[in-house]
Amino acid sequence: MSTASANVIPERNYLNDPKGLKSWLLTKDHKRIGLMYLFAIMFFFLLGGIFALLIRWELLTPAVDIMEHDTYNKMFTLHGAVMIFLFIIPSIPAALGNFVLPLMLGAKDVAFPRLNLASWYVYCLGALFMIYALVTNPADTGWTFYTPYSTQTNTAVISTTLGVFILGFSSIFTGLNFIVTIHKLRAPGMTWFRMPLFAWGTYATAILQVLATPVIGITFVLLIMERLLGIGIFDPALGGDPVLYQHFFWFYSHPAVYIMILPGMAIISETVSVFSHKKIFGYKLIAFSSLGIAFVSFLVWGHHMFTSGQSELAAIMFSFLTFLVGIPSGIKVFNWLATMYRGSISLEAPMLYTLSFLILFTIGGITGIFLGALAIDIHVHDTYFVVAHFHYVMMGGTVMAFLAGIHYWWPKIWGRMYNEFWAKIACALIFIGFNMTFFTQFIMGTQGMPRRYFTYLEQYQPMHGFSSIGAFVIGAGFVIMAVYLIAAIFKGRPAGNNPWGSLSFEWLTSSPPPHGNFDEEPVLEHGPYDYDTIEVVATK
Amino acid sequence: MHDVADGHPSFLQHHFFEPEQQAEAAKLGTWLFLLTEILLFGGLFCAYAVYRAWYPDMFYEAHLQLNVVLGATNTVVLITSSVTMALAIRAVQMNKSKQAIWLLVATLAFACTFLVIKYFEYSHKFHLGQLPGKYYSFTGLEGNNPHVFFSVYFLMTGLHGFHVLGGMGLITWMIVKVSKGKLSGEYYTPIEMTGLYWHLVDMIWIFLFPLLYLIG
Amino acid sequence: MAQAAAHSSKKSHVHIMPLKVYMAVGAALLILTFVTTEIAQFDFGEFNIYIALVIASIKAMLVAFFFMHLWWDNKLMFVTFSIGLITLTVFIALTMVDTMDRGSINPETAGQINPKAEMYNSPDFGKGGHHGDAEGAASHDSTAADSTGAHIDSTAAEMSEGAGEGETATSGAGTQPPGDGSSTH
Repeated sequence: MSTASANVIPERNYLNDPKGLKSWLLTKDHKRIGLMYLFAIMFFFLLGGIFALLIRWELLTPAVDIMEHDTYNKMFTLHGAVMIFLFIIPSIPAALGNFVLPLMLGAKDVAFPRLNLASWYVYCLGALFMIYALVTNPADTGWTFYTPYSTQTNTAVISTTLGVFILGFSSIFTGLNFIVTIHKLRAPGMTWFRMPLFAWGTYATAILQVLATPVIGITFVLLIMERLLGIGIFDPALGGDPVLYQHFFWFYSHPAVYIMILPGMAIISETVSVFSHKKIFGYKLIAFSSLGIAFVSFLVWGHHMFTSGQSELAAIMFSFLTFLVGIPSGIKVFNWLATMYRGSISLEAPMLYTLSFLILFTIGGITGIFLGALAIDIHVHDTYFVVAHFHYVMMGGTVMAFLAGIHYWWPKIWGRMYNEFWAKIACALIFIGFNMTFFTQFIMGTQGMPRRYFTYLEQYQPMHGFSSIGAFVIGAGFVIMAVYLIAAIFKGRPAGNNPWGSLSFEWLTSSPPPHGNFDEEPVLEHGPYDYDTIEVVATK
Repeated sequence: MHDVADGHPSFLQHHFFEPEQQAEAAKLGTWLFLLTEILLFGGLFCAYAVYRAWYPDMFYEAHLQLNVVLGATNTVVLITSSVTMALAIRAVQMNKSKQAIWLLVATLAFACTFLVIKYFEYSHKFHLGQLPGKYYSFTGLEGNNPHVFFSVYFLMTGLHGFHVLGGMGLITWMIVKVSKGKLSGEYYTPIEMTGLYWHLVDMIWIFLFPLLYLIG
Repeated sequence: MAQAAAHSSKKSHVHIMPLKVYMAVGAALLILTFVTTEIAQFDFGEFNIYIALVIASIKAMLVAFFFMHLWWDNKLMFVTFSIGLITLTVFIALTMVDTMDRGSINPETAGQINPKAEMYNSPDFGKGGHHGDAEGAASHDSTAADSTGAHIDSTAAEMSEGAGEGETATSGAGTQPPGDGSSTH
């Protein structure tokens, strides 16, 4: 443990070279931009988390605990909008992806560094609109902004959707940048099939970001126009069709769910191999299943609309197509399991989160197939079953993978290790708290507890209470995590170049990396997962 | 910042190995951007398709209110501007900056003409009360919900108009770049990208014209 | 050598096309504009739109292949462009599978939601100022707007469609009798 005296933090690294606030605000270094993104999204994660805790606090009992129904409506809208548009969509691609992807490819930077910086500022601008809406008169429509209610409520729908519209540009810029980077900036020897799977996952994500995001842009333009001019496209009173709005909305927002989960899967593909010290099983299948998920994601959006009054033919078709999503997702899960099989697994924090991901995502994914089945969906639609499914995929999936990534790359980002003991405690708290919170919601959902109500029947009291306690357990886990991760930045012991004994490119350079990523131009001599042929020594 | 490595031309950014790679990256990036533009307009095309299928008679009646002659003129104007744009790029490739500037100025002039004609069309409709959505007050049409046609019309042509304005900005910037001698047969990526964008704007109008003005 | 992985095509960058090509393509585009404008005066029934779209597509392809150099460029650009068009087609086609085919089981959901927007019912419609029109029609209680409004205060029921599903939209709004709403074919 303490024998790592050889590990030193390089004197000049991207964190201190060059110095000064201005050099950060005008930086074109992808690592710094990634870090700025990380701070921004963690702020909004905190905010969204506080909203979540307030919601669960209110739901502790059926009575009015801390807020009235109007406030509650705003609260769950804010929780959804902040978590989805400000945290989870940019979380892995824009923060971790920005930091890691060029390093993994052996590139000096992303293809368009200025556009990359612009994307961060555009993100901040979009966030400002959302914050403005938040402090004035937050929307109470739910994060989906369904018409006709969203055209009638007197809350700040316009500034919120305008914020999302602007955030869309930042998402597009990131995606566009990554596609070009992967196509054009790979290091010598880095063929498509020697790329780390994280790059493949990011690539599939980026395709979705570029293809789907413009549609949400035009959707919200039309929604804003509907509010301003009453154009009659979405508002039934004016001759419009609210179900058409749902088509528009979900044509983006269903692929957006895969914008959230695909990079999570990409991280898991890395960590599962590194911490099993074993070559990844089924490399090409994992790579292509990412593209497969991206492809299928455009064909299934109608499963959000089974009870909206869309045509029966469309519902049947979308239901059938939805089942296809299970194939590439299943391929991935089984390949990860096969990778772990007979590996020498070390249960360090990133691997604990990886295992959490595998368990929770599988539950979330399979309940997704339930919901894709028309008949079952009509029974459980708009209940806590849907809420639980969504959180199992998004928090149990993406956030767990994000945390795995944070713990995996934290020593690379800062050059220092965090406290492993507290990391394990925090992971246990989050895992247990998460299941307390959301597994009960599956049960409540099947019993008919509808979502988005600020009160409920007495019969749900025990489960709602349990669920709320679970939410606070999660909160405690995150507080501990914040403390040890921040402490690591200042006091952690130097991690060395490769604390985990990983084979991918980003661990070849120093921790933290120098300004130009690599002191010498890197040349790939082995695949990213050749643990069967190459002995790597961890520097921890 | 890293120094420009030995032998690297001044326009080559530090993270690229050579100009060819940089140019290809820029071109791919631009095409991806155009992809987002296609899908942005795509939402409006979808709304158009749905409402035209629901109200075929109303769409026919309402489209008679548009002036085909002005629409066709604008199509000709925009196509001609596309030709001059393509020729401007060719001129830069052949290092004929003076010719390039004249062709770009011509492109800009065509773009202005397009917007002026659009302005006359719009103001005529405003005058008649053929406004989008709930501001619609024209009584001369019988069909169901004619205001939806004008909503779609103004949204599509309006969004397109904004793109023409953006294109004019880019073209002006290119005129400055060419006259400062920043672009040449060796490095002409910016004007090539501007051209791609301008052709896309033209291409979208190629579809808007028959869909809005020539409903049979 | 360094960028070996990065590209496949080297020729595209220095390609200068002869003047003749641009002129010919420009002329073809102008001719096709003339053709589509003239042909629109004849009635081919439901083929009208297909004829117009085919001509527009030919024009667009001329622009893409020649002005935008897709013909000579790296195939990647063509693939990128095609993916955009395919995605758009999927979007429009699957959306219309819904909008054109409603009502097989619940006939009241067939056709468009509200063939007569509330503003046309207003006695003031078309007279003078445009602004009050929509608000003036609020007395018509069969519109979806009002039925939605009634629910808002009680609970969050109206907003309960969401990340998963939604049910209120058409069921609240589809008040038109089915025959009335089907001027489509």
